[in-house]
Formats: sequence, structure tokens, C-alpha cells
Amino acid sequence: MEQPLTTNTPVRQATHNPRKRTRWNFKRNWPLHLMLLPSVLLTLLFAYVPMGGIIIAFQDFKPWLGFTGSKWVGWDNFRFMFEYPDSVQVIWNTVLIAAMKIVAGLVAPVVFAILLNEVRNSTFKRFSQTLVYLPHFLSWVVLGGILLDMLSPEGGLINQVLAAVGVEPIFFLGDGDWFRVTVVISDVWKEFGFGTIVFLAALAGINPALYEASEVDGATRLKQTLHITLPALVPMIIVVGTLSLGNILNAGFDQIFNLYNPLVYDKGDIIDTFVYRMGILNGKMSFATAVGLFKSFVAMFLVITAYRMAYKIANYRIF
Amino acid sequence: MYHKTTGYRIFNGFNLFFIAAVSLLCVLPLVHILAVSFSGKAAASANLVTLWPIDFTVDAYTKTFGNSNFLSALWISVQRTVFGTLLSMVLVTLTAYPLSKESLNFKGRSLYAWFFIFTMLFSGGLIPSYILIQKLGLINTMWALILPGAVAVWNLILMMNFFRNVPKELEEAAFIDGANHITTLFRIYLPVSMPAIATISLFTMVGQWNSWFDGLIYMNDAAKYPLATLMQTIIVQQDFSNMNVDATQLQNMSQRTVNAAQIFIGALPILLVYPFLQRFFVKGIVLGAVKE
Repeated sequence: MEQPLTTNTPVRQATHNPRKRTRWNFKRNWPLHLMLLPSVLLTLLFAYVPMGGIIIAFQDFKPWLGFTGSKWVGWDNFRFMFEYPDSVQVIWNTVLIAAMKIVAGLVAPVVFAILLNEVRNSTFKRFSQTLVYLPHFLSWVVLGGILLDMLSPEGGLINQVLAAVGVEPIFFLGDGDWFRVTVVISDVWKEFGFGTIVFLAALAGINPALYEASEVDGATRLKQTLHITLPALVPMIIVVGTLSLGNILNAGFDQIFNLYNPLVYDKGDIIDTFVYRMGILNGKMSFATAVGLFKSFVAMFLVITAYRMAYKIANYRIF
Repeated sequence: MYHKTTGYRIFNGFNLFFIAAVSLLCVLPLVHILAVSFSGKAAASANLVTLWPIDFTVDAYTKTFGNSNFLSALWISVQRTVFGTLLSMVLVTLTAYPLSKESLNFKGRSLYAWFFIFTMLFSGGLIPSYILIQKLGLINTMWALILPGAVAVWNLILMMNFFRNVPKELEEAAFIDGANHITTLFRIYLPVSMPAIATISLFTMVGQWNSWFDGLIYMNDAAKYPLATLMQTIIVQQDFSNMNVDATQLQNMSQRTVNAAQIFIGALPILLVYPFLQRFFVKGIVLGAVKE
């Protein structure tokens, strides 16, 4: 069966002699190196040089003393991280919020894609797709502004609707537990439409003969969905699910930053927002870098594992 | 057959209704904010507005466009979007072409590829990047906004995959006719890759326009904020110290309608490019990702 997200390129036979070893061929290929030069230099400067800056995680970094003048403290910043109750809470918040987002963000697009696939009217279908993809392109600043307005406990639109059915006003963004729920729901709301694209592509790849055969055998649409459509989607669900596991330490900086406030720091603060507040606002650069480095390392390990699993299970490769 | 069963018809009716409701739910918040922005301040502060303006007025927009901070932020955003997109597209195209070659013919290809991919896996993080920008003296300059993200690795992968799908025979024929890599890229690859270039350019434009965090940390001077950053500080953080509004003026107007107007203006360019984006992007993504 075809897998739409598989980016496996078949190994092309060498044009000349397949057994010929790779050659520099500099005479012909020097323009290729030249084309790569600007990007290589920029990437070296803006991606690799900061990796050197990680040493401040092992220092008590003072900007006026610099990298060489600051005192070395070994693993103290890391030890402090695991002893400091706030940072442990922050790591837990991150994992919890991300896990809820991953599950909800996987179920919603699958269900929506299956339901949308039942629609025969193609104008209606396209119209609906146009509307549901839209929020993906709006920034969390714009959506944060809208949500702050709509979720306000003093007469925000949502609370007005709730009041109409007799529910007490809810302070969605001021109460820790509601904050988490709001974050997950609004994230699903923003991204589920865009997420349906890959599943719709997978649905389009199902062989129609399967449905025809099952119809001859008298299967109802429900049975067809359970025994043909869902199994056909499983590889794609596994790929998307596996890859999103690599993001378990990314609970969404942009979103949280634009929705949270001191009232919900205890339940809403995630690693990235914590690093920003500690490092940039409170000036604890070394501590923030240590927390960030911890995150980077775990995230790298998770991403590599996820990609390996995706490759093994579903033959997915990024390049 | 199943189409004609009563059960399926009932399901179909409910399904259409459900999908219509969900789709509308995706745009109603925008409609609401648009309605608030065109409403009179009394109606807005009394929470009377839902999806249609009450006491229609363009006051909020006159006030917004009368604010010099807002206008200069808008101009900075336009600049960064134009320059940032151009720079990023040039770099991404120039980089994707060599990387789309077989490593058998281009030694070093895999090494280069990993050099870029690795930056997706691991990074120095926020603080070291901030220190770097500071040491380079880029604080408060446009360069801090467009240089660090210019080599967008994800776009690079999309572009590279697209280039790989260009029939190799085209390139070989060009080489036999005496073309070199540079002419091949510009005369063969670029013309046939317009859908991918359009898609990735539009994604980059949207990204540049929406980007606010780099403005927040790399601009010390609020007068240099791009629009998204300015909106973030005044609407989301409710910090008015950056705006040259005097307190009496603030009391006289309903800040809510002005906020709504600004939110809508911030979303407007996206809404304008969206029809073009939508036409291309599904095809672009699928072509960039799907291989047999």
C-alpha cells in the first residue's frame, strides 16, 4: 500500500559506472560548494556558535566578566534545577500539557478527516476545508488577543453563552486547571484542520475496489469505516503519533506565553516560558541555560528515537 | 446500496450539520473581533456585540492609524517580511539545489545535509543565542530579525525533495548542451519549481509577519518593534508604557474596540494572502512529502 508521507527516494543508479567511487570532481562541482557557502556560514554563526555558549550552563556567568572570567561551577546549575521545586513542577507541567495536546491533536484530525471524507458534495467539502485550515496561519498573538477578549470572565462572549444556559462565569485563563484545559482545546481548535491534510491524503489513497467488494458483500458504511478506512489510516496515525512524541517537551511556547499570567504560573508554566522568565527577565542566565540544555538533550534523544521508530514501523524518512 | 439506507441518510444529515458547525467555529472568533472593532465603544464595553457591529463606526481604526507607534511598527513589519522572505528564499534555493544531487556525483553532499539537519535536532538555546546577537551588535537592528532564521531547514527539506523530483534527464540534456550548475539551477530547476517556490515563499512570508518573539528580545527600543511584537505587548501583556497615549485619552475611549481593530489589522495580511496560499499549499506540501 502507498504511504503518502513516506519520503523515501529510490536510490538512483549512477548515470555512469555504478561501481565508480564517489569523486570530488571539483572542476565540475565547485559551483555547488559555492552555492552552499552563504548558508553554511550563516548556520555556523547562528546555530553552531551558540552551541559553544552552552558552557555558561557550567559557570556562574556574569556578562561583565565574560566566558573566560566567569567562575566555573560544574554541575551545580543542574543540581539546583532538580532541587528547585519550581523547575520540577515546570517539567511536569510541560510533559502533561504536551501529552494532552498530542492525544487530542491526533484524535481530532483523524475523526474530522473520516467525517469529511463522507461528504459527497465537493463544493461544501472545499468550503469547509478552507475555513478549518485558516486558524493555522494566524499567530498566537492574534489568537491570544481574541481569546483574552472572548474568555474574559466579565462578559466575554464565551461566558455570555454559558450564562445563557445558566452556568456560572468561568475564569478560563486565571485558574490553573481551566488554563490547561483552555490551552489544549484552543490548540486543537487552531491546528486540527491543518492536521487533517495528511489524513485526507491517506484516505484518498485507499483503493476504491476495497469498498466496492465490501459493498457486494453487504457491508454497511459503518462496517466499511471500521474494517477498511480505519486500518488504512493506521500507518499514518502511527507516523504522526510517533513524530509528535519527539515534541513531548514542547508544550507550545507561543501559545502559553500569550495566554498565561502570574495567576497560573504554578500549573501553566512550561520549560520554554520558564527559561525566558528566569534567563531574560530575572537575569539568571546560567541557570536558564542549564534548564534549556537539559531540554535540548532530552528533546534530541526523543526526536532521534521517534524518527527511528517511524522509519522502522512505517518506512518514514525526512530526507 | 448503503447510500440509500435510512440509517446512513440520518448520519449524513447529522454529519453535514456537524462539519458546517465545526467549520464556522473556526472563523466565528475572527468575525466577532471584526464586529467589536466596528462597534461603538458603549456597545462594546457593555458586551452587546456578538457577530454584527452595533452603532457602526470606524473610530477604532481612525485612532489606530492615527498612532505613530502603530504606523512605524507596521512599516518595520512590512520591511522584515519583504527582506526576510527574499533573503530566506535565495538561501533556501541556493542550498537545496546542491543538496538535491546524489552523493555519488557530489562528494560531501551527506556531510552538508547533516550539517543543516543537526540544527533541527539540537540548538544552543535561548540565552546563548541572545548573547551572540548582543556580541555581534545586532540588538535593535533589522538583521537580528532576519538573519538568524534565514536558513530555514524545514523549508530546505521541502525544496530539496521537490528538486529531487525534477527529471534527471532535463539536467543531463542541459549539461550536454554546455550548461553549468548555475545555469541549470536558474534556467531549468527554478522555472519548473514555481509551485514549490510559491508555497514556501508564502509560508515564509506568513512566518515573518507573525513572528513576534525575536522582536521582543532583540529590540530594546520599543520604537523598533515590529507590529506583531507591539501587539503582543499592548494587547496581550497590557503594557501601555510603549504607546504614546495619554491617560485621559485612554479613559475616554474603549480600549476594547481599539484592541479589536489592531488584532484585525494584524491578521489582515494573512487573510489577504490566504486564498493564494490555500491554492498552492496542499499541492506543495504533498508534492514535497510524497514519494513513491
